[in-house]
Amino acid sequence: MLDVLHAVLVAPFKDMAGAPAFLVEVLIGGVFAGLMYSLLALGFVLIYKASGVFNFAQGVMVLFAALTLVGLLERGAPVVLALALTTVVMVGLAFAIERVVLRPLVNQPQIILFMATIGLNFFLEGFGEMAWGANVKKLDVGIPDHSFVVRGVQINSLELTAAVTAAVLVTLLALFFQKTRIGRALRAVADDHEAALSIGIPLKTIWVVVWSVAGVVAIVAGLMWGAKSGVQFSLSLIALKALPVLILGGFESVPGAIVGGLIIGVGEKLGEVYWGPLVGGAIENWFAYVLALAFLLVRPQGLFGEKIIERV
Amino acid sequence: MSHPAPAGPVLEVDGVSVRFGALIAVNQVSLSVAHGQIVAIIGPNGAGKTTLLNAVSGFYHPYEGRIAFEGKDRTRLQPPDVAALGIARTFQNVALFKGMSVLDNIMTGRLLKMRGSFLLEALYWGPAKRQELEHRAFVERIIDFLEIQAIRKTPAGRLPYGLQKRVELARALAAEPKLLLLDEPMAGMNVEEKEDMCRVILDVNHEFGTTIALIEHDMGVVMDICDRVVVLDYGRKIADGPPAEVRKDQAVLDAYLGVAHA
Repeated sequence: MLDVLHAVLVAPFKDMAGAPAFLVEVLIGGVFAGLMYSLLALGFVLIYKASGVFNFAQGVMVLFAALTLVGLLERGAPVVLALALTTVVMVGLAFAIERVVLRPLVNQPQIILFMATIGLNFFLEGFGEMAWGANVKKLDVGIPDHSFVVRGVQINSLELTAAVTAAVLVTLLALFFQKTRIGRALRAVADDHEAALSIGIPLKTIWVVVWSVAGVVAIVAGLMWGAKSGVQFSLSLIALKALPVLILGGFESVPGAIVGGLIIGVGEKLGEVYWGPLVGGAIENWFAYVLALAFLLVRPQGLFGEKIIERV
Repeated sequence: MSHPAPAGPVLEVDGVSVRFGALIAVNQVSLSVAHGQIVAIIGPNGAGKTTLLNAVSGFYHPYEGRIAFEGKDRTRLQPPDVAALGIARTFQNVALFKGMSVLDNIMTGRLLKMRGSFLLEALYWGPAKRQELEHRAFVERIIDFLEIQAIRKTPAGRLPYGLQKRVELARALAAEPKLLLLDEPMAGMNVEEKEDMCRVILDVNHEFGTTIALIEHDMGVVMDICDRVVVLDYGRKIADGPPAEVRKDQAVLDAYLGVAHA
């Protein structure tokens, strides 16, 4: 019994203290992974904030953006042009979604909009593969991929670039959408379409803007994840990793997406490295979901979410 | 009042019909609301009152006829554009942002008045901060005016119905509207709450010079506070005039009490 307690509660911390450089390496790995999760979660948060709808298609939007980018690069477009064109495609997609999917559903219950995003999910999945092909592709936009050592800590340049990009984007968006006019307008639209219209918030514009931004976030996420693990169908499934991040941080909170992502990224790396051997490894695969489950029991609105109010 | 009233009616509805498929909810209704007036639109259930209000605020578009605001045609505008012209409204079933505090709800009413750069706003710095504080001060005045200081921080969804109606009115007032449309502002209230609301409506009219069009069922209220009454029945206008005249009108009595079929 004592052995078990020692192995769980004491030994891992001894290991950490014994090799600080390695600990830092693990932490950095966790922060990098966490920022990537935040990036994914951010796409969900933006749309949830502006329409109260969980966008089931966010993962596929990441895949679609990555497929478009790779497709354009394969056809010989220079990186900058390919990125610009992909942005145009994603913004165009936002306009199309507003026109075809959202506008006819104004004032409908949110579950209806959610179902519509499931439809959107299947459409984009099929359309992306039809347009760009279904085989696994390598995405190379010229980000250097090599490792270097800083004070005994090994750092991969691709991961560093991805993390810095994610951090910058996440910070910008958090500032952009937090306080004041825009943030308030977004929350208003999410809460009640009719009332938002009556006080002069142009629903269509807000939706196009938010879906466009979610599209651009999808490009960055697709770019970073694609560069790391290739562009293939499973890219749309990494969105699943965003779910526990959202539950932890709260669905309508940009800072929540960041903090949630970091907690999960760092938590699963630490768990895997220091506690993994005790249970035969693979902690990384379930850590996020178990943590989310615990949060659902204790604090269902997440760390930064709004308390759920229901009048009966 | 400091500013002189402009000539001509604030709102002019001219031969407006609204159809839903084969149902004609509003049938060639004309009415005009003069500057500074309080006008009531009354009528039995299903007479088309709310539909008419929705047409004025841009939620429905008339199938025929035209609507003019301050002399300019605005028949085909969308709700946000109508709001931008200076027409604010409340809803029959209270449309508040339930998750937001009362203060934030009322602040949303100021959205159209706010300007500024996204970047400064994002940083909550300089002019953006000053602007936020200015609008906040205005909102506090409205909160004082409506005597809802005690519930400023309460999420709107938690309030009792009467107070929700009051917050909704506060949000509409925050936009400093030229024309205020109230859809049954006193529905479901007790006598005391109704008296409070009447006083508030009269105060708004006197202090801000706001023109008001309201839908109401309580005839006592209507007779007390309104300058003019417009009566609808089955989508048609059957009477229009000062309360004292309208209450004696035979067509109105028939609509409300039924016609005796001898």
